[in-house]
Amino acid sequence: MQQSLVKEDGAPLDAVILLVFSCLGAFGALLATAYSADPLFRFHGYVFLFAFTLAAGVMTVGMSSGKFRGDPKSYQDSVIRAGVIATMFWGVVGMLVGVVIACQLSWPRIFYFPDYGFLNFGRLRPLHTSGVIFAFGGNALIATSFYVVQRTCRARLAGGLASWFVFWGYNLFIVLAATGYLLGVTQGQEYAEPEWVTDLWLTIVWVVYLLVFLGTLWRRKEPHIYVANWFYLAFIVTIALLHIVNNLAMPVGWLNHRSYSAFGGVQNALTQWWYGHNAVGFFLTAGFLAIMYYFVPKRAERPIYSYRLSIVHFWALIFIYIWAGPHHLHYTALPMWTQTLGATFSIMLWMPSWGGMINGLMTLSGAWDKLRTDPVMRMLVVSIAFYGMSTFEGPMMSIREVNALSHYTDWTIGHVHSGALGWVGFITFGAVYCMVPWLWKKDRLWSDRLVEWHFWIATTGILLYITAMWVSGIMEGLMWREYTPQGFLANSFVETVSAKHVENIVRAIGGLMYLSGALIMSYNLWRTIRMPSSSTQDSAAALPALAVAS
Amino acid sequence: MSALTYETVARAAQQGGSVYFAVLFLGCLVYALWPRNREAFNRLARVPLEQEDDDVPA
Repeated sequence: MQQSLVKEDGAPLDAVILLVFSCLGAFGALLATAYSADPLFRFHGYVFLFAFTLAAGVMTVGMSSGKFRGDPKSYQDSVIRAGVIATMFWGVVGMLVGVVIACQLSWPRIFYFPDYGFLNFGRLRPLHTSGVIFAFGGNALIATSFYVVQRTCRARLAGGLASWFVFWGYNLFIVLAATGYLLGVTQGQEYAEPEWVTDLWLTIVWVVYLLVFLGTLWRRKEPHIYVANWFYLAFIVTIALLHIVNNLAMPVGWLNHRSYSAFGGVQNALTQWWYGHNAVGFFLTAGFLAIMYYFVPKRAERPIYSYRLSIVHFWALIFIYIWAGPHHLHYTALPMWTQTLGATFSIMLWMPSWGGMINGLMTLSGAWDKLRTDPVMRMLVVSIAFYGMSTFEGPMMSIREVNALSHYTDWTIGHVHSGALGWVGFITFGAVYCMVPWLWKKDRLWSDRLVEWHFWIATTGILLYITAMWVSGIMEGLMWREYTPQGFLANSFVETVSAKHVENIVRAIGGLMYLSGALIMSYNLWRTIRMPSSSTQDSAAALPALAVAS
Repeated sequence: MSALTYETVARAAQQGGSVYFAVLFLGCLVYALWPRNREAFNRLARVPLEQEDDDVPA
């Protein structure tokens, strides 16, 4: 008590550190922008300058008004609320860009804008992939990890304002990356497009994220660390490792946006796909499995089916996934035994993946009726089903002979989207539907019927998307390897493109349906947040109420 | 001291690696199935359900 009274007088240490950091950052950005002759570097300098100046202003006002003294006896939930809003915002943006580029592929005469180079497919495509993976998925992972680690450790987030630095710093990284793609600032390495300045910024943010997470684990009341936190920790540590190693590069100049990778040739390719596949394994799988291991038992009000299986699941998954990357480089200059190693480990992944799927699904034992009565539960369960499906499909595609047909075709795109839309998207939607009433102190969501609409529209959209891509992928794979009796290739490339016109349109429709679902969800969440906090009776729309798990 | 050639590194990765991972995996299995851990794991499986009050860490 005495201590907290003393603290009231001075500004909190974390706020002082952040203020000094913002001022130094603004000064550094000002100098770098002023001295650089590179317009693209200067643009990002202005973004940094704006962000740091704004941060310094907010820190000054916040410190003088005493708003930064959080109650140490409560959970830090405001940063999670911001994270949920950012998740939905970037989700809609990323999915919208996806629909735009799907339309560009379907109707190139209408959606090709020769006067606006930054709207080319090549510029928008990384904006879409990073937008949905890193902006939507990343914000969801940060927000849910902050929620889960506090609840399962029964401790407030460590580091005071550091969690806010992680949130804003990560979203600044997204703005830097996204504007960079549109302007042509890119390393040209898939899912690792941001250039060295943006990479360094993400490294700082990610280290702080790791420290906040570890600091919170350190404060836990329970001797064991709950399994969801293991998955989150594996996600944070491995992404740090992947990000730093794959982005080892030499800048052209200290005031130039461009850099060159430390690796060349096949070493670069192997490092890139070691990174790329583990972005799938640790960002899109381990992180979202952490969501599964907290929100599925919580929502079903049932314990985890087998905690022992979850331990085996965890260790098997992280030890096997890290070796699977070479399956992206079949029939390349990579040594054959390395390709075989990648494919073998990919096939071994069937075991932990399906173990995890069974563990998630069987957690509903004794609560299967919730599939009928609770659309949020149904969303979570369907996401686990898609996890099982795409983790069956992936190892199959990693077999060299199957890969000979599937690689570089739309089949790969369909596979990625059954994982991204079905697994990552639905488990995120389910978790956000759970968290919003809990975080904003509401008894339930505004409308369960809109969740039903979201579920069915989005599920139909995914099915349209992946079936269209299976058809077009196998078709173009077969057309590429078709020979005439004289031994010439039977089809020119453009013939294989025009052959999949209808499938492209179906894909665009499927994507539009998925985006529509996300918009319905955003509206529903907005109305939920605006509902009165007390009991359910005074809600204007008296749709079937859902008692939220306490 | 043997030379660090491609062959020696490749052999270490292929043979030593598979033994190393098999031992690690067996260690994980032993830990997961160790009878004395049963009680703790059964308690941990219920951790998400045990929050009566979502506001207070204690």
